[in-house]
Order: sequence, then C-alpha cells, then structure tokens
Amino acid sequence: MSLAFLALALVCVVTASAAMISRNLIHSALLLVLTWIGLAGLYLWAGADFVGFSQAIVYVGGVSMVVLFAVLLTRRQRDEPLVLIPEAGVGRVVAGLAATFWVAALLVPAMVVAPLVQRAGPGPTLTVKRIGELLAGPHLVAVLVVGVILTVSLIGALYLAAPVTAEDQPEWDNGGTGRDRGNQEEPS
Amino acid sequence: MIGKGLLQGLAVTARNLVGSYHDPDRYTTIEYPEVKPALPEAYRNFPFLVAEKAEDPLGTLRCVACQICEKECPPQCIYIVMDRDEKGKARMKPKVFDIDTSVCMSCQICVEVCPFDAIKMDQVFEIATDERFNALLLHRDQLAKTNTYFHQIHPTEAAEVDARLAAEKKAAEEKAKAAAAAKAASAKPAPAAPANPTPPPAPAP
Amino acid sequence: MTTTSVPSSESWLEVAPLQARDALLGLLPESLHWIASSVLAIAVLVGAFGLMFAYLTLAERKLLGRIQNRPGPNRTGWAGLLQPFADAVKALTKEDIVPRDADKVLHALAPVSLVALSLIGLAVIPFGRHLVAIELDAAVLYFFAAGAATELSIFMAGWASRNKYSLLAAMRALAQLISYEVPLLLSVVPVVLVAGTLSTTAIVAAQGGWAAGFWPHWHVLTPWGFSAFCLFMIAALAESNRSPFDLPEAESELIAGHLTEYSGFKYALFFMAEYFGMAALSAMAVTLFLGGWQAPLGWLEVLPSYVWFAAKLLALLAGFIWIRATFPRLRIDQLTRLAWKFLVPMALLNLANAAFWSLTAGWSGPLQAVRWAVSLAAVVVPFLLLSRSLFSGLGPRVYRYAPS
Ligand code: SF4
Ligand code: SF4
Repeated sequence: MSLAFLALALVCVVTASAAMISRNLIHSALLLVLTWIGLAGLYLWAGADFVGFSQAIVYVGGVSMVVLFAVLLTRRQRDEPLVLIPEAGVGRVVAGLAATFWVAALLVPAMVVAPLVQRAGPGPTLTVKRIGELLAGPHLVAVLVVGVILTVSLIGALYLAAPVTAEDQPEWDNGGTGRDRGNQEEPS
Repeated sequence: MIGKGLLQGLAVTARNLVGSYHDPDRYTTIEYPEVKPALPEAYRNFPFLVAEKAEDPLGTLRCVACQICEKECPPQCIYIVMDRDEKGKARMKPKVFDIDTSVCMSCQICVEVCPFDAIKMDQVFEIATDERFNALLLHRDQLAKTNTYFHQIHPTEAAEVDARLAAEKKAAEEKAKAAAAAKAASAKPAPAAPANPTPPPAPAP
Repeated sequence: MTTTSVPSSESWLEVAPLQARDALLGLLPESLHWIASSVLAIAVLVGAFGLMFAYLTLAERKLLGRIQNRPGPNRTGWAGLLQPFADAVKALTKEDIVPRDADKVLHALAPVSLVALSLIGLAVIPFGRHLVAIELDAAVLYFFAAGAATELSIFMAGWASRNKYSLLAAMRALAQLISYEVPLLLSVVPVVLVAGTLSTTAIVAAQGGWAAGFWPHWHVLTPWGFSAFCLFMIAALAESNRSPFDLPEAESELIAGHLTEYSGFKYALFFMAEYFGMAALSAMAVTLFLGGWQAPLGWLEVLPSYVWFAAKLLALLAGFIWIRATFPRLRIDQLTRLAWKFLVPMALLNLANAAFWSLTAGWSGPLQAVRWAVSLAAVVVPFLLLSRSLFSGLGPRVYRYAPS
C-alpha cells in the first residue's frame, strides 16, 4: 500500500469524521467538500483520471454549492445550536445499529472480494471516446433511466417550490419579467 | 437583434480609447501641478490690497484704514490698525492689515463695501502650508499687490475701476478748481481749506 | 515539465526555453532532476503570471482611464511603469484587520485557497510547442475541476467575515456559479467532441494547418466554434466575477462584497486571484478555440509559438478590460435568466451543431458549402429566436409618475 494512498485515505476519514463531529454546520459542509476532494484524489491514485476529475467538478463544484445553499437558507439563526437529544431511546439505538449493519454488509464483502492492489499500476487506459462508446452502447438503458429519474425529481422539486395559487405569490415577485407592477400604466 | 446595443457600446468606448490619444476634445485632463489650469476671469478667492507702485507697495496702498471692511467681514477675519504719527494724528494708511485666510470664506463682502477700491479678490488658490498657526495669517506686505497685477488677473474689472477712479479724480479736481475760483471771487473770506485727504466715497454702483 | 529531448529541426527561439531548462537542470545531480524540473515549471509559471498580474492591473487602469478620457496612473516611474510595485508595497504594509467575530481560520484560508486554486489550472495549458507543465489525458477536465472550487473560497470569505454584505455576496457567488458552470462546461463539450480528446496538447495540435492555405483550422473560425467561443467567454466573465457579472462584489450595493472585511495583503491576494482566474480562463479559451500556440499564417511561424500564445492571451485579456469599461452590471435575476434561458439552450443546440460538423468532416467540394450553410444556420436561427424570447415581455418601461 503506497504512502499516497494512506495519506489520501487519512484525509478522507479524518475530514469525514470531523464533518460529523463539528457543531458548526458550515464547517461540516466545508469539511465534507474536503472529503470529496480526498475521494477524487483516491480515484486519481487508482488511475481513473476521468472519474476523479468528474468527481471534483460535480461534487466540489456543484453539489457543495447545493449543500451550502441548503444550509444557509434553512437555518434561521447562524449560531442556533444543533439540538441534540443525549438520552437515546431504544428505537434510536436500534435504528443506528441497523444502518451500521446495512452499510457494513455492503462494504465488508466488497473489501474482502476485491483486495487492495499493492501499487496503482498503469491501469486500463480508458479514453473519453471509449467511455462515450460504453455509455451510448451497452449502458444506454442505464443512462436513460438515470436521466428520466433526474428529470422527474427536478420536476418534482419545481412542483414543490412553485407557488400553487396566486395568493401564494409574494408581492414583489413579478414572475421574472423585470416589470414593476406598481409603475405600470393603468389600462384605461 | 440582441447584441446590437452591446456592439454599439463597445464602439463608443473604443472611440474614446483611440480618441483620447489624438483628440484634445476627448482628452480633457490637465495634469495639474505641472500644467496650470486656465482660470476663468471671474474666478476669485482671498482678497488682496491694491498698491499703485511696484517699487513701494506698502507706501502706495489705496487703503486708508477706514476699517469698514473690518466691520463688515462676516467671519471677522480682518484686523486693521491705523498708522499714526507721534502726535497721534492718523496717517490714513494701515499700520497693520491682517487677513486670516484660514477663516476667510472668500465672500467678497470686503470688496463690495470698500469705498476706495483698495481691496480686491485675488486668484491664488495654492496656499496650503504645513504650518498650522501663522502661515495662513497674511500680513500687509503679503497682501499688497500692484494694480498691474490686478489688471492681469481681472482685466475687465480693473479697467472699469481705473476709469472710475480717473473720472472721480477729474471731478474732484474740477470741483476744487471751481471752489477755489468761487473763493477767489468772494474776496478770500478765509484761508483756503486744506485739500481733503479723503476723496468722496465712490458712488454706489 | 515533460523531459522530452530537444528536437533539433526547429529555430533556436522555439527551443530556447527547453535549452535553458536543461542547462539549469544540468547544474543539479541526476537524482534531483524529477523534482527540480517540476519546481522550475512552477517557479516559471508563478513568476510569469505574477508579473503579468502586476502589469495587467496597470494595463487595466490605463485602459479604463483612456476609455474614460483620462490618463490613468502615470506618476510612479516612467509612464507609471512602477505603479504595480508601489501598490504591492502599499498592500503589504497595510494593517491586517480581522473582525472580532470572524471565523478566523476560514477568514485566513479563503484568500490563500483562492489564489492556489486559480493557479493550479495553469499546469495543463500548453503555452508553446514544447511548453506544457503536465501532459494529462484528461487535461480539460482537470482544468475545470481545479476551477470548480474557486467560488467555494469566495463563499468561505463571505461567510467567515461575519458581515451581512459579505454573506449576501457569498450567496450571490453561489447562485452565479451554479448558473454559469453549466454553460461554461457545455460550451467546451463541442470542442472535445470534434477533437475527440480531452488532452489540451492534442486539441491544439488538431487546430494546426490551414484550409485553402490561409484559413486556419482554429475552432473559432467555424460556425459552431465561434458560437461556443462566445458562450465560453460570457461564462468565463461570470466565472471570474468580472464586470458585467461582478454581482458578488457590486460596490454600489454590497460595499465590496466578500472583500468588505479584508485588508492589506489578504485583499491583494483576492485581487491577484481574480486576475489569475481571468488569465487561466483566457488561456483555456486560447487553447480550445483560438488555436493555442499556432501561428495564424504559415510564414508567421518565424515567431516562436509561445509568442503567439502570449499575443492571443493578451488580446483576450484586453477584451475583458474593454468589456468591463463598457457594460453596466446585471441584476441577479437578469444574470440567471441569461444563463438558463439563453446560454444553456444555445450551448445544447451548439453541441448538436458540432456533432453535425464532425459527422460531415468528409464532405468536400460543393458539399462543403452546404456544410457551412447548415452549420451557420444552426447558429444564427437559434440565436435570433432565443434572443427574441429572452426579451419577450420586456417592453420599454412605462412609468406612471415620471414624465417620459
Ligand atoms: S474698506 Fe477699503 S479702505 Fe477701508 S480699511 Fe478696508 S480696504 Fe482699507
Ligand atoms: S472675503 Fe469675506 S470673509 Fe474674506 S476677508 Fe473679505 S469679507 Fe471677510
């Protein structure tokens, strides 16, 4: 196992745990971004350039923004303490154990089946062209399904966010036309 | 078409960019300390005292120390002491004439009220100094500037003042002559009155 | 830098940088070469772009001045040439103020990470025939991955300052990034599609040669390429927070946006990062669309390739300044509207256009004319339609009280 791998793994684990432990949501989000960068580094270490850089673009560039937006828009007070319920009920403990078991059941067999390579070899040179051909050929159905799911979720989000009735629409919202109702000439 | 306005805007700025190199109408900046701005004739700020002769400015001040301006100055920044001989008789000129330019607000009231056209507005504006207390308090010798200088900075006003003064002088001389003739005709009842040192006040414009 | 051996068939100017590097490396023991060459590449890049940053600030102030009919800085040194250094001294000697309630760590981290992130993208730009710091197969992706995190730094700056203006700026920066990352990447995809590679050197090599002896094979000189170039530059303006998309630091509304609580050297770092980001995106635009280091005409190749790259880069940067001097700032709703309703659809249609172009690469003779006509129409028609829809419902404003 190379030193680089250990360092990257350490970065991922440390930042991820710090993100969980941190009491400051923004810090958590930023630490999560660091975790993603570490993951991208792991992909690069494994020789998967394309996946690594895509990870960086999509997660660091895109998803992080969404996370930060969500944090900023949902918290009422910047310093509002995170409400923690110290005395965990039985149900919580069971739920936690179940989640742990579920994740472990997925990860442990994977780790056992695919032992870590000692050194990242040259690896298969997967050019963009080849990736494109694979996506448009054998995996076309999967791509289409993912596309449909994403579109549906987008439409769902729009439906949830859009004002349902005219009264829901706030006074200042002029539908993005840039027109100011108050200044318009009254039709005579 | 979208973009037409954008291109027009870019053309305007490009014309400015090129024009500023060859077109003085576009490039209007004056690089001040090296190049002095051409002041308009009506530009005025702190007052100065008009003297007749460059050789002896303090001796030929028009000011007669009547102190009208001292009393009228709104922020009270003029200080005048009459020059007196040993017997205490007024010499009709200032011994001290100070203007505190840190207080003066360039209102020109002193000029308006002076009956002798002795105080006029100057055009200096670079009077900044690094001395806080006395450098802005201008004394008689700093304030005295010649009539020629007045002609340089405010030619129209100076010419008008000169013409008026000449007319007044002539009128006064004629009056004196007439009075002398009248006195001579009335068989010299009394010795001739000494020439009036104070010419009559300038007629209100 | 890749340690390829120096080809002998080229003019000495072309290979001079390589020879200088080899001469320098020769001074060191063999075992240090691998690290020394990387350090050298980094030093040269940082030095060259640092100097360019310094004089870019001066050029910007000079050009803005001239455009506004004034001389610009001309006191320090001959014609103001020492002004950048005077500015640097001033920035360095200013007090570094950190607000009491600021998040100290993030507050300090933001400018540093911003500069670092905006510099690392330069590693994959081929500045000349043999001048590229890292040869990567996925270089274009690497570049945008490196740039993706810059707005995160702006967010950090805005949030850590604990200032409402800074926070507003941070929110705007996020909205702007989300809006403009999409057209930026979408306008690059056609180039990747036509060139069939993500490697910057290969993309530049694909733009070599001339059609009919005078028309360079640069991507910008094709209909889809021109459209993609314009889209890329608009998105690049927004990505580098330059006017008219400088909403995160709109002076008139947000003091200085995320820079409000910064002073001294940290402020200078932000400034530096803005210019580095601008230069990096322009360098990418040169690489992707303007033929990289290729000379426009055959006989002009007497000048070495890096000179051509620098010339194109400086021309684009001058364009940035020109645009800044001309256009007023957009409102946030106009900004997102432009991105989603105009740039994204244009970029998507352009993708189809580029696909058509690469499918018809074999057409020649009169078919070539058909190819051009179709491709041109596929740019112009959507442009007219989309621009019309962009302005639909936006008549001249009618004011009830103000006289018209
Ligand atoms: S009003 Fe004129 S004459 Fe009288 S003191 Fe002032 S300047 Fe001198
Ligand atoms: S200009 Fe006005 S303030 Fe100045 S000395 Fe004359 S009367 Fe006083």
